[in-house]
Amino acid sequence: MTNTLASERAEQPPRSHLIIEPEGPSVFGLENVSFWYGRKQALGDISMKIPVKRVTALIGPSGCGKTTLLRCLNRMNDLIPGVRLEGSVNYHEHNIYAKDIDPVEVRRRIGMVFQKPNPFPKSIFENVAFGARVNGYKGDMRERVEKSLRQAALWDEVSDDLKKSGLALSGGQQQRLCIARALAVQPDVILMDEPCSALDPIATLKIEDLIRDLVKELTIVIVTHNMQQAARVSDYTAFMLAGVQGVGQLIEYGPTRELFTNPRDQRTEDYITGRFG
Amino acid sequence: MTRITFERELSEIQEDMFAMANMVETAISRGIQALKNRDLELAQGIITDDLAINKKRYDTEEKCLEIMATQQPLAGDLRTLVSVLYITVDLERMGDHAEGIAKIAVMLGDEPSLKPYIDIPKMAEVSIEMLRGSLEAYRDRDTARARVIVNRDDEVDALYDKVYRDLLTLMINDPETIQRATYLIWAAHNLERIADRVTNICERVVYLVEGKIEDLNVSKY
Amino acid sequence: MQGEHIEPVDLRATGAVARRQAFSRLSRYLLLAMSLLGVATLVVLGYITIDDGAGRIDLDFLTNYPSRFADQAGLRSSALGTIWILGTTIVLAIPVAVGTAIWIEEFAPKNALLTFVKLNIANLAGVPSIIYGILGLAMFVRFADLGPSILAGALTLTLMIIPMTVIASQEAIKQVPPSLREGSLAVGATQWQTVWSHVLPSALPGIITGVILSISRAAGETAALIMIGAFSFIAFDHSLNPAEALQDDFTTIPIQIYNWTIRPQEAFRQNAAAAIILLMIAVFTLNLTAAVIRERFRRTY
Repeated sequence: MTNTLASERAEQPPRSHLIIEPEGPSVFGLENVSFWYGRKQALGDISMKIPVKRVTALIGPSGCGKTTLLRCLNRMNDLIPGVRLEGSVNYHEHNIYAKDIDPVEVRRRIGMVFQKPNPFPKSIFENVAFGARVNGYKGDMRERVEKSLRQAALWDEVSDDLKKSGLALSGGQQQRLCIARALAVQPDVILMDEPCSALDPIATLKIEDLIRDLVKELTIVIVTHNMQQAARVSDYTAFMLAGVQGVGQLIEYGPTRELFTNPRDQRTEDYITGRFG
Repeated sequence: MTRITFERELSEIQEDMFAMANMVETAISRGIQALKNRDLELAQGIITDDLAINKKRYDTEEKCLEIMATQQPLAGDLRTLVSVLYITVDLERMGDHAEGIAKIAVMLGDEPSLKPYIDIPKMAEVSIEMLRGSLEAYRDRDTARARVIVNRDDEVDALYDKVYRDLLTLMINDPETIQRATYLIWAAHNLERIADRVTNICERVVYLVEGKIEDLNVSKY
Repeated sequence: MQGEHIEPVDLRATGAVARRQAFSRLSRYLLLAMSLLGVATLVVLGYITIDDGAGRIDLDFLTNYPSRFADQAGLRSSALGTIWILGTTIVLAIPVAVGTAIWIEEFAPKNALLTFVKLNIANLAGVPSIIYGILGLAMFVRFADLGPSILAGALTLTLMIIPMTVIASQEAIKQVPPSLREGSLAVGATQWQTVWSHVLPSALPGIITGVILSISRAAGETAALIMIGAFSFIAFDHSLNPAEALQDDFTTIPIQIYNWTIRPQEAFRQNAAAAIILLMIAVFTLNLTAAVIRERFRRTY
């Protein structure tokens, strides 16, 4: 109900108060990241650290830039003409936007799962094998495919017919196939862009369990418009909001349990309690 | 199975509650022991231990809220969490009553006992049985048992009346004993309150299983 | 609720709704009539042609060289010429056209140059074939001194069909959902790996359709070939060695048909009708093949 603009707020708490940096080692360190689509600025001055082997959720209303931020993390935004990024996105101390960095090398380590399940129109086996193959994997492909499918909790459902088209699977299975496809490259991080928005509640919960399982091995960053989902699966949550002229900003960031039981910023509280706008 | 994290958190928090019940049970039986044996050291120990019980209650509450905030429990899960919240409050208060008994043991110090303690330990025994039984009923989701346990509160109340009358007679006959007798009435009162709180736990068992909140023990006292 | 009066409801069309529905029904018949008009024309034309030419079709008609005598004339050299011309055109045009389409859609930086190139291709697709004939005459026949040869003819037709093939291929590539590219790039595939493994296979049915339609157009092309001088009397078979065959003069079925229709004798007009029937069967078979290939692909993908 109260959606006060930043400028109207008389006493803005200091930034550091709203950003609780996660403890332990981090996989990403963002420093003053701003991002433009052509002339339109989409992200403004975002700095945050993303912890290793944890689930970090990005939440916020539509148009707050959470997906844009996610796609900055593996240079997926490069594909869009006319984009520009300022600041640095450090991945294990390397700025992935430095001149000598190859985006293909970046994406090999930082996989991605998309909003709508997008398996290739090929067999289940080929779907999973593709990533390993293009990255020059020379070992036992069957073994790699099986391992990835098992990791994605899909093996038991598809093992007897790996030749079946990936498109013949149900929505939830397709999304897990996409996760298996990302895993086959053995990435360090998986970025998930609203991975359950096209799925029914049961399939959604399955993916969430899978996320909790995967995070023992790798780092996951998930964008979700479903706050409950962020609450359920993530260890850290970042709340974003489009500020003046629609520039996405990081409002509050900290351990999920704190953000959902005791948010420090009124706007965060309004959003997670459904009183926003 | 889905919602593995949630299931784990739910069972953890209930285990915490059972552990807390064990702590309370120990505190009550030790309190009576300290009272009986004039064991001041044991009594002091109970008073310190109560801090741990209180802390456990706050930890459990925080954990409950966290699960509610992050896992959106509904139906049976929601009733479980609400029950845990209420039961831990009751347990914490029982712990305070046990602490009260220990404090009385300290106040009585090594003054000679008025008479052999029979009814008060008996009250403690019944209360502890009720407490243990109520949590077993919770664990087994056994409402029939919960309803039976509730009725034992009358047993405790009857014992309390008897203790009260005996001590009153003592005080009338010999005003010398007034202070010590009053202390003992307080101790008995603490036990009576403990049994009352066990009935709350039994009500929570019924609520947990049947979803109804009802007053089980319409006491005759 | 008790005692509340509920108005009776009439759901039959009355008043304005009835009028609108009547118009809607009328429009349906009107549109049907229009499409039938086109079909009817085709049927009548087809009937006349078959009536004229069907009796003329036999094995000799296919295996005889052209002749001054209508009843001895056949399609041998023009059919072979058509096959050579189309084969060469396919080999020359497809790589260039599909390559251009891939470059435009997948690789080209989105700038003014690209817009200019795309605009030009669209314009070229609308240029009348006779203009390509003049271009072919000037560039290939005269300047490159190829003479009115199969190579010159094929090059001319290649130029002619490239724009439309590019546009059709572009459309097919555009139909490939971006999510497929993203899925591929996200596992660390390069742009080329993405195009080769996912974009091209998915776009292939559309590309094939476009290519076949272009080939059909080339198969029926007359003006451009006549323009470059392919109007010879051919009474020999082309060598099977492309190096030699490509230098040969040639004729094609459409040219042969044109040749026959301008003669006054009735018998030659029958020849023309027979040739038209055969050409139509060939084009129809071509289109059918395209449909079959497309369906086959759609099933595996």
